[in-house]
Amino acid sequence: MPEIFQYGFMLRALAAGLMIGTIAPTIGVFLVLRRLSLIADTLAHVALAGVALALLTGIHPAVGALGVALIGAVGVERLRVSGRLYGEAALAIFLSGGLALAVVLIGLGGGFTVDVFSYLFGSITVVQPRDLWVILLLGMVVLGTVVLLYKELFAITFDEEAARVQGVPVDNLNLLVTVLVATTVVVAMRVVGVLLTSALIVIPAATALRLARNFRSALLIAVLAALAAVVVGIVLSFYLNIAAGGAIVASAIVLFAGSALAVRRP
Amino acid sequence: MKTSAILSTGSAAKSDPVVDLEQVSFAFGGERVLDEVSLRIGRGDFLGVIGPNGSGKTTLLRVLLGLLKPTSGRIKLFGTDVRLFREWARIGYVPQKATAFDARFPASVLEVVISGRSGVAGIGHRFSGRDRTAAEEALETVGMFEFRARPIGRLSAGQQQRVFIARALASRPQLLLLDEPTVGVDVDAQEQFYSLLRHLNREFGTTLVLVSHDVSVVAEEVTQLACLNRRLVFHGSPEDAMRSGALAQLYRAESLVVAHHH
Repeated sequence: MPEIFQYGFMLRALAAGLMIGTIAPTIGVFLVLRRLSLIADTLAHVALAGVALALLTGIHPAVGALGVALIGAVGVERLRVSGRLYGEAALAIFLSGGLALAVVLIGLGGGFTVDVFSYLFGSITVVQPRDLWVILLLGMVVLGTVVLLYKELFAITFDEEAARVQGVPVDNLNLLVTVLVATTVVVAMRVVGVLLTSALIVIPAATALRLARNFRSALLIAVLAALAAVVVGIVLSFYLNIAAGGAIVASAIVLFAGSALAVRRP
Repeated sequence: MKTSAILSTGSAAKSDPVVDLEQVSFAFGGERVLDEVSLRIGRGDFLGVIGPNGSGKTTLLRVLLGLLKPTSGRIKLFGTDVRLFREWARIGYVPQKATAFDARFPASVLEVVISGRSGVAGIGHRFSGRDRTAAEEALETVGMFEFRARPIGRLSAGQQQRVFIARALASRPQLLLLDEPTVGVDVDAQEQFYSLLRHLNREFGTTLVLVSHDVSVVAEEVTQLACLNRRLVFHGSPEDAMRSGALAQLYRAESLVVAHHH
């Protein structure tokens, strides 16, 4: 058995990585196609404020992150559909607002910079058994929702107005997608860190969109690309003793560059 | 083109008009885009809605479909107030910007067409064999069955337009609304398109509403003509429209309407 599988923490890292490698690109395909890539990054920064709040008050960081990210998700979606701001301006406000709040809370806490660092850059190798259960549970919720609402999600992604005329509850689904993004971000944070979360959501999706000829294969290719990046990244981080989050995202970018070279499109 | 069962039976009383607009007005940013439009569309009608740019044609469709809330007036679809209407499968809609999607979107023709069954299948349910059959029949009706596995972005504008009609037909609607469907489509494809509409109207009794600025072509094809210039200037047969001079007037009407506003 290779050395990497002899350590419990590496097995947990792989399990967490594979779950996030499945849900992040799945959500990512819908986001990239709707030109909402930035929403993942926004909610990651909002979630960081939740982590800081949790560390300050002593609740579990994942709970704090999820709670604040969900509030942020609802706020972002409301501001976006109100039409009072350009979509991206609403996102930029929440992104910098989340970060500002996180900085203030971290300053108030003083002594937990190490913990905050592990959320900024990810700390996949310190995933505890309890963390793993949270990751698997949240991951199943996201995945199950996408499977259950697949045809509606396709309909609103391809043509929102036509979906509305078919009686698809477009506004509620848009809100739900944002909530799913918030959940995915909280799960991914543990693995690749706040700063790289959106990379795992967006890059494999972008890779798939270059290669796929239909929607089903787009989702499949995105997931395969992300899983490959996660495995390669974790293995590299183990043997080369480098940061796992960075190695995973770098692998995803190499795959994206490969797909760009492999496919020449008009 | 193979014919297929697009027919479906409705539950509303025979006498109910398919669409009933009563004194419908819509204002946007203080400007009246629709001014007290009353219009009844009967079962099996083939209605052409024509008017100059900015005459409110698209707004009329969007208000009719409940996508926009009218400032005042009442709208009934199949005898039910649009705010309470839930039987969306009875209505097919080909939006004006249907073909304006990103050509790189990874969707096959069949995936696009079967998405027209989303409302029929019901939320949380997967597409069944029946949904797939209905989508394939709709593709056969528009003559695009062989293209079902192709990425939608790789088709010509005329082919894409037929796919979007197939998507609208997939739920086997009794009422089909098309917004400027021939824009950007070449002449041959336009001829095919109108023969398809005649076919749907005559063979299946589908009620058709066709919004267009292309007066001369539309007047030849439809059984009813509605001339819109924020107000409903004329509603009747194309022959009467010609005779009454409504068509000629329509494109001068804009100045008249402005003159009437004090």
